[in-house]
Amino acid sequence: MQSKKKIRVLIAKPGLDSHDRGAKVVARALRDAGMEVIYTGLRQTPEQIVETALQEDVDVIGLSILSGAHKALFPRIMELLSQKGLTDVMVFAGGIIPEEDIAELKKIGIKEIFGPGTPTETIIKYVLENVPERA
Amino acid sequence: MTIFDEKQIKELKQERERWEKTTLPKWLEQCKECKSEFRNHSGMLIKRLYTPEDVKDLDYMRDLGFPGEYPFTRGVHATMYRGRLWTMRMFAGFGTAADTNKRFKYLLKEGESGLSTAFDYPTIMGYDSDHPMAKGEVGVCGVAISSLQDMEVLFDGIPLDKVTTSMTINGPAPILLAMYVAVGDKQGVPRTKIGGTTQNDNLKEFFAQKLCIFPPKPSVKLTTDVIEYCARHLPKWNPVSISGYHIREAGATALQELAFTLYDGIAYVESTLERGLKVDEFAHRLSFFFASHNDFFEEIAKFRAARRLWARIMKERFKAKNPRSMWMRMHVQTSGCTLTAQQPLNNIVRTTIQALAAVLGGTQSLHTNSFDEALCLPTEESVRVALRTQQIIAYESGVANTVDPLGGSYYVEELTNEMEEKAMEYIQKIDDMGGAIAAIEKGFFQKEIADSAYKYQREVDEKKRIIVGCNEYTIEEEKCPIELLRVDPKVEKEQVARLQKLKRERDNRKVKETLEKLHYAAEKDENLMPTIIEAVKAYATLGEITDVLRKVYGEYKELIII
Repeated sequence: MQSKKKIRVLIAKPGLDSHDRGAKVVARALRDAGMEVIYTGLRQTPEQIVETALQEDVDVIGLSILSGAHKALFPRIMELLSQKGLTDVMVFAGGIIPEEDIAELKKIGIKEIFGPGTPTETIIKYVLENVPERA
Repeated sequence: MTIFDEKQIKELKQERERWEKTTLPKWLEQCKECKSEFRNHSGMLIKRLYTPEDVKDLDYMRDLGFPGEYPFTRGVHATMYRGRLWTMRMFAGFGTAADTNKRFKYLLKEGESGLSTAFDYPTIMGYDSDHPMAKGEVGVCGVAISSLQDMEVLFDGIPLDKVTTSMTINGPAPILLAMYVAVGDKQGVPRTKIGGTTQNDNLKEFFAQKLCIFPPKPSVKLTTDVIEYCARHLPKWNPVSISGYHIREAGATALQELAFTLYDGIAYVESTLERGLKVDEFAHRLSFFFASHNDFFEEIAKFRAARRLWARIMKERFKAKNPRSMWMRMHVQTSGCTLTAQQPLNNIVRTTIQALAAVLGGTQSLHTNSFDEALCLPTEESVRVALRTQQIIAYESGVANTVDPLGGSYYVEELTNEMEEKAMEYIQKIDDMGGAIAAIEKGFFQKEIADSAYKYQREVDEKKRIIVGCNEYTIEEEKCPIELLRVDPKVEKEQVARLQKLKRERDNRKVKETLEKLHYAAEKDENLMPTIIEAVKAYATLGEITDVLRKVYGEYKELIII
């Protein structure tokens, strides 16, 4: 059997919001599903998140935010990813994000948004099916 | 004074065994039980039936007593809600101080009886609204307060001698309390008359709410400064609200919430005793804050056990003499993390059950969550429904007519005993680790909570726990049926402009002087309340004051545990 490289995921919490229960549960669920998970801890600036993504050579970034600051912070993260040439990294997000903001966030390149109550299986399945093919 | 005698219990045992052999099997044959075992959130095994056998050792006077008397299991007041209903204190704050002032007045008009302030993240983290970290967060999750000027607007037209105010603030609690005192001084209200609560529970920040500014030791020092200052100058202020709520929201079980909260309480009593205060000089002003979840009886048992356990700790461990030092007065909030984004109107029902448990558990004060909280900040409509929920319980349900109506229930008493016993085991374990700070540094609380949160999520994912409308009884293609409150991004611009104007126009020489004085006091390890009051009165900002303290104490670096 051919050994496959483990999927590397960065779970990040941008902004000042301290609600990390969901981020930690998702991090652990992805890890239990066999992925390599890096969790940044709280209060990361967009710059720090993108730097970690670069350093850790991740395939996927999961952003978690419940404070409502996503409209200020997510576009900045996407902009920095593109500046650093990390355009092949798949970004998804979770937390309290109103329905009406979702289209806008998808437009800037966030692939999927998982609201409260999403089963961890759904997220695992999504990551497995959408992780970018990389050399 | 035990209630049941041995002979009667023996007879009862025989009757139970007979019932189990004759009546029960027929029923089980016809109708199998839907689970092989039933457990509550804390993992306690729930029996099919409770009888006096389960509480045969209950000693009425030792374990229950009478309300208003030690050990206060049945309530801290003798007449409970017959004399006075609990305080209906709705958590509110968003946008600018003026926006929140309007919401405060709306809630008072609708019949709430106390104020409770939610601050935005920059304020909570000790940043002014114009700090780079504040971008996108100003006024979003709470009200933005950067200086005394904002505080004056927040309480404009609200007489501080007529209402009590709770402030959910921890790291910067001494600063926000100083601002409140300054507003009171300006309104001409004597300091002996202003009443309310600062959350000021820095310990739980390190393992639950995670809004830490300083490392654990200086954080506890600041909490203790407020306790000491209030004991001497603000007799009606509750300097700390020892908070299980956030511990629970972070994923702890009811039992962990109970045990860890009480342990934080023990730590604050110890740190204040080390200052040289006597226990009866301050313990009567310590207050508590718990969550109330959906498992109705587990919650009621938790509140009753909390009161009894705290009374015993104060009397036996700390040798308090004044019964009021043994009172556990509590504020309860229904559980935000149990609310679903799916079918949000169902949350009204959850909140009702949780609020009812809090009332039957004997709380002094209650916040009911709004049904839209998994989606956004509460609107005027949703917060009104939440307040009405309390009013319906208070005035229509009849549950407030008698004291501790569930006292004596075999099930509730047995659960109360089990809660107390298992919480004591945790307390012993933390004692053995060397106390709260040592346990935080070892990551003990963090690990316990993360494990419980993960276990809970697994149970939900595997449908071992049914969440109505979320993992069962779902609706395909659900459209959000409710109006959402959005904070206008122009709030941030206006707030920043106002703040910068203030920084230009105030007496900056005086600001500098007061900040230098504060620096000196912090280095000398003095109680910082008096110098902070002086600084806020000179319109030094929250961020400037916190920066001085950051320089002296350093900043906390999170211990990452998943």
